[in-house]
Amino acid sequence: MAVLIFAETENRNYKKIAFEVASYGRALADQLGCALHAIAFNVDDAATLGTYGVEQVFHIDSPSLEPFTIQASGTAILEVAKAQGVHHLVLSSTANARYLAPWLSIHLEAAYASNVVALPESTAPLKVKRSCFTNKAFNYTTLSSDKSIIGVANNSYGTHEAPKTASVVPTEVALKTNSLKVTAVDAPTGQVSIADSDVVVSGGRGLKGPENWHLIEDLAATLGAATACSKPVSDMGWRPHSEHVGQTGKPVASNLYIAIGVSGAIQHLAGINASKVKVVINNDPEAPFFKAADYGVVGDAFTVVPNLIEKLKAFKAS
Amino acid sequence: MKVLVCISNVPDTTSKINFVENDTKFDSEGVQFIINPNDEFGLTRAIWLQQKQQAEVHVITVGEVSCEPVLRKCLAIGAQKAYRIDCPATDGNAVARELAAHCKNESYDLIIAGRESIDYNGGMVGGLLAALLGYDYVTNCIRLDIENSTATLSREIDGGIEHLEAPLPLVIGAQKGLVEEDDLIIPNMRGIMQARQKPLEVLPSANVTATTQIDRFEKPAPKGEVQLVDENDLDTLIELLHNEAKVI
Repeated sequence: MAVLIFAETENRNYKKIAFEVASYGRALADQLGCALHAIAFNVDDAATLGTYGVEQVFHIDSPSLEPFTIQASGTAILEVAKAQGVHHLVLSSTANARYLAPWLSIHLEAAYASNVVALPESTAPLKVKRSCFTNKAFNYTTLSSDKSIIGVANNSYGTHEAPKTASVVPTEVALKTNSLKVTAVDAPTGQVSIADSDVVVSGGRGLKGPENWHLIEDLAATLGAATACSKPVSDMGWRPHSEHVGQTGKPVASNLYIAIGVSGAIQHLAGINASKVKVVINNDPEAPFFKAADYGVVGDAFTVVPNLIEKLKAFKAS
Repeated sequence: MKVLVCISNVPDTTSKINFVENDTKFDSEGVQFIINPNDEFGLTRAIWLQQKQQAEVHVITVGEVSCEPVLRKCLAIGAQKAYRIDCPATDGNAVARELAAHCKNESYDLIIAGRESIDYNGGMVGGLLAALLGYDYVTNCIRLDIENSTATLSREIDGGIEHLEAPLPLVIGAQKGLVEEDDLIIPNMRGIMQARQKPLEVLPSANVTATTQIDRFEKPAPKGEVQLVDENDLDTLIELLHNEAKVI
């Protein structure tokens, strides 16, 4: 018996999220007293997962696995999981992992728990803590199948080194042809995505118009952060929908979330609640965001943000 | 073209979240239930298919009789027929299996579920249903066009957008972008009157078993007070973020 993780890659490197999933998988394997294996696609240095406690990496190098499709990636994971007699599979909560998990759940006949935020309370039966009501509550869920899939909520467990020597097993799987065809992928390069970023800088209606967005972009550039916006801002077309964060937009689980001129409607807060540290800059001291934030500045964004950028640059230079 | 929209009956976004019976049940006392927002984006897209491409639109929910007002609202918005599978919605797997039992009898060309419900956030029913039926699945769907049994779609991915093509039948996970907030249909009086005459069929449960069970709920510990920093003292903010919060 072993725990298997799906370690996601991008441009022939592991994504940062793969190390969090490996760290979770290591701790779970220790709870169960078993080995930790990984499956990874198209990565140059597959053995680096050893840093986080992975003992064996099943590596598939195949152009058929890009761009991502459920049929190809799912079949590959399924075949390795079956061949290894895997009972516990751990995935991240990226868009692709959440897309894939239900398919694997049916084909592996495994119970699936998404949004898992902590290690299991018990392993026989498996009992996990999950976020629900868009981060306004948690529940404790018992999985009543002997096989399980755990979807770890992004940035909930963190990365923890537990060095092992990982052996890499080059693996081949017969991949089915796809009826679903990816015809194009628009992924702007050089931009930090909201999902992958440690820091997110977000702007709301208080910025008065799209022409003022350089404030958000400059602050984000200074911090190496992704940019985001509130729902009214994307509804008015000031910013693209892909930047809208909140209940009906993208979820945010960054280490630091800075909200500028965002009032903090309940739907917005629901979507960003999983962020660790929240900073609000708003000229209205009554804005609901101040009740949800860790740090706040009452002041005009048009003076506070340029000052903050200047001081951050000085701080980084020192 | 026959379209099924799967509807989840969820507490209104602004509801207070509380639990009763030793934190084992959601407290629905005084809570207004609504169509899950992601499902409503999907329903609106389905109604456009009805208006422009003569699609027949059905809606379905798995739940007890208390879910019926939300189904009536879907009928008032324009769906032609509603189904309620008569059993509690215990977990995503059980809901998907109940839905699959119905779909196997009805041969839908397109099945729309929300990308996730705003209460349990499982994000799995559409994907499980597609896998059970052996249909293709596109979630986080922000565009859908159908012509001659082929769908062209766009999926929001981390850091971009993917464009796809798939044959019908197909399952999609709907979200904002598929239609916009302003496109949502507010039922008029005529729609509400007509909805009373439209069929709402109650189907027996297929008696599937859940694979997960919620033992109890917990609310996060109350948050501490915000630390306010003077707008003329931003060095203190940087210092706090660096030394106290350790995030920069």
